[in-house]
Amino acid sequence: MKIVKPASAGTLESSDIEIRIEPADEAGIEIHLTSSVMQQFGKKIEAVIKGTLEELGVESAYVDAVDKGALDCTVRARTAAAAHRAAEDSNYTWRVKA
Amino acid sequence: MDVTKIKNIDKITYRGEFDENTSPRKNLPEKASKMLPSIREAIIKSGLKDGMTISFHHHFRNGDYIVNMVLDEIAKLGIKDLTVAASSLTSCHAPMIEHIKNGVVTHIETSGMRGDLAEAVSRGLMDTPVVFRSHGGRADAIASGDIHIDVAFLGAPTCDIMGNANGYNRYEENATMCGSLGYAKVDAEYADCVVIITDHIVPYPNTPCGIPAVDVRYIVEVENIGDPNGIMSGATRYTKNPKELMIAKQTAEVIEHSGYFKDGFSMQMGSGGASLATARFLREKMEEQGIHCDFALGGITGQIAEMHEAGLIDKILDVQSFDLRAAESLKNNRFHAQIDGCFYAGYDFVGAAVNALDFVILSALEIDTDFNVNVLTGSDGVIRGAIGGHPDTADGAKMSVVVGPLTRGRIPTIVDHVQTVITPGVDVDVVVTDQGVAVNPRRPDLAEKLQEAGILLYSIEELKERAEKIVGKPDPIKYKDKVVGLALYRDNSIIDVIHEIDESDMSR
Repeated sequence: MKIVKPASAGTLESSDIEIRIEPADEAGIEIHLTSSVMQQFGKKIEAVIKGTLEELGVESAYVDAVDKGALDCTVRARTAAAAHRAAEDSNYTWRVKA
Repeated sequence: MDVTKIKNIDKITYRGEFDENTSPRKNLPEKASKMLPSIREAIIKSGLKDGMTISFHHHFRNGDYIVNMVLDEIAKLGIKDLTVAASSLTSCHAPMIEHIKNGVVTHIETSGMRGDLAEAVSRGLMDTPVVFRSHGGRADAIASGDIHIDVAFLGAPTCDIMGNANGYNRYEENATMCGSLGYAKVDAEYADCVVIITDHIVPYPNTPCGIPAVDVRYIVEVENIGDPNGIMSGATRYTKNPKELMIAKQTAEVIEHSGYFKDGFSMQMGSGGASLATARFLREKMEEQGIHCDFALGGITGQIAEMHEAGLIDKILDVQSFDLRAAESLKNNRFHAQIDGCFYAGYDFVGAAVNALDFVILSALEIDTDFNVNVLTGSDGVIRGAIGGHPDTADGAKMSVVVGPLTRGRIPTIVDHVQTVITPGVDVDVVVTDQGVAVNPRRPDLAEKLQEAGILLYSIEELKERAEKIVGKPDPIKYKDKVVGLALYRDNSIIDVIHEIDESDMSR
């Protein structure tokens, strides 16, 4: 999946996360995260965003994430939605992750 | 005639005719007047000096103007190195940060702290750790002299020219009220000099009163003692949050089958959403089963006042009124009594009311698998709460029920170790969450009763695992070595310390 334009998903409501994805010049996924639970879950949230993008085959992206205490399932859903929008890709593969 | 038994015989011997000029009775009100034109004048007259201790109450909650007004004047007078011994501090006291930086305030004793001041303290603002005490612990420390208050600056919604002060107004409708002055009563009794700051001078006698004139040295009238909306809201609102309602319903069932819910029981309830809603469910059960309550204690809400007026609760012992409805009841109902901090929860006072409680319902920021409770620091280690009467009531009552949601957003309430131990697990009997009830293994008797009634019980470890399954396992909070706060148990011994938070790794 190739990121071709800036796009976002999610809100700044409590228990949600706002994910904004932009094309990046260099290879790799760069994440800038701010979170209301930074100390407790910051690393975990970054890992979930990165993992979700890698699963979607994103190789290069800049991610700006503002987290308000979202659960992992929410982080995955918002990241995937933002990535599809940023890639102008509507080929969703719906499934429940165990 | 033998007068040696009369110890003060020398002092009472007749000294001739009274000098009209020295008899205080003749010169009222001018000579004995306690009225001063300004806070500045009161500070000067009080004799306040560098290194002394001043005190405040928190009955005006987040609407308080007194602390900031007084500290501003003290700073202008160049007095430094003071200890502030407040019954509690809230987010409206953020301006104190400047007075700490400029050396006016060098130590703080309080029950709690919130907002910018708490954030700054957690980041190492003060050289001396803040001492956090329970309401009962503070009252004891003042009574015993461990906290010696040189000057108490006590805000009051009404005061007469002799100094009888009240948390309500009998002369004016819709005037600012805070209800009980319970915590301030202790300061008034033991401080060397008491200054009442009011915005309503009312006719003498302003009785029955919260603070009696004999305890008061000076009175200052100011434009406004506080923001009425911050001091008190009309009535604490009834929650519509389904999680809180589930907790409340479950809590009422736990109480019903605990063995303590019988005619003539006594109780205390907090002001949190779940706790308030519990009062409503409990009321239904009382009416259905014809059970009445001997007394309700503590922070009092409109719900409790209404149950009193409906004849369901005989007496109210009120150390702090939580809403206008409760304050009105204190003003109007003879058996809604105003009690002080020692009467309420003093550890050194055998007759403290908390020791007569059947049960108490308390909230928690965190509960750990040893049943220790934290109500002072957030899950990020930053100070954002107050000890209040938590350990006093949990220890005093026959049964303590700690209620809270299993998770708040991504933050688990039940954890391996609380950030700060405020109430030790030995004082906690039952934990009620929206996803299950756990009974402390120290109370097999209670577990048996609840199980017989068909209440499904979990172990506290099971509840912790359940929370972790939803939110994940949090990384531990990083702290620096510096101690920024000492948390004291109800007997005024240190139960835990609070460290400066370490955010060096937060800027990823």
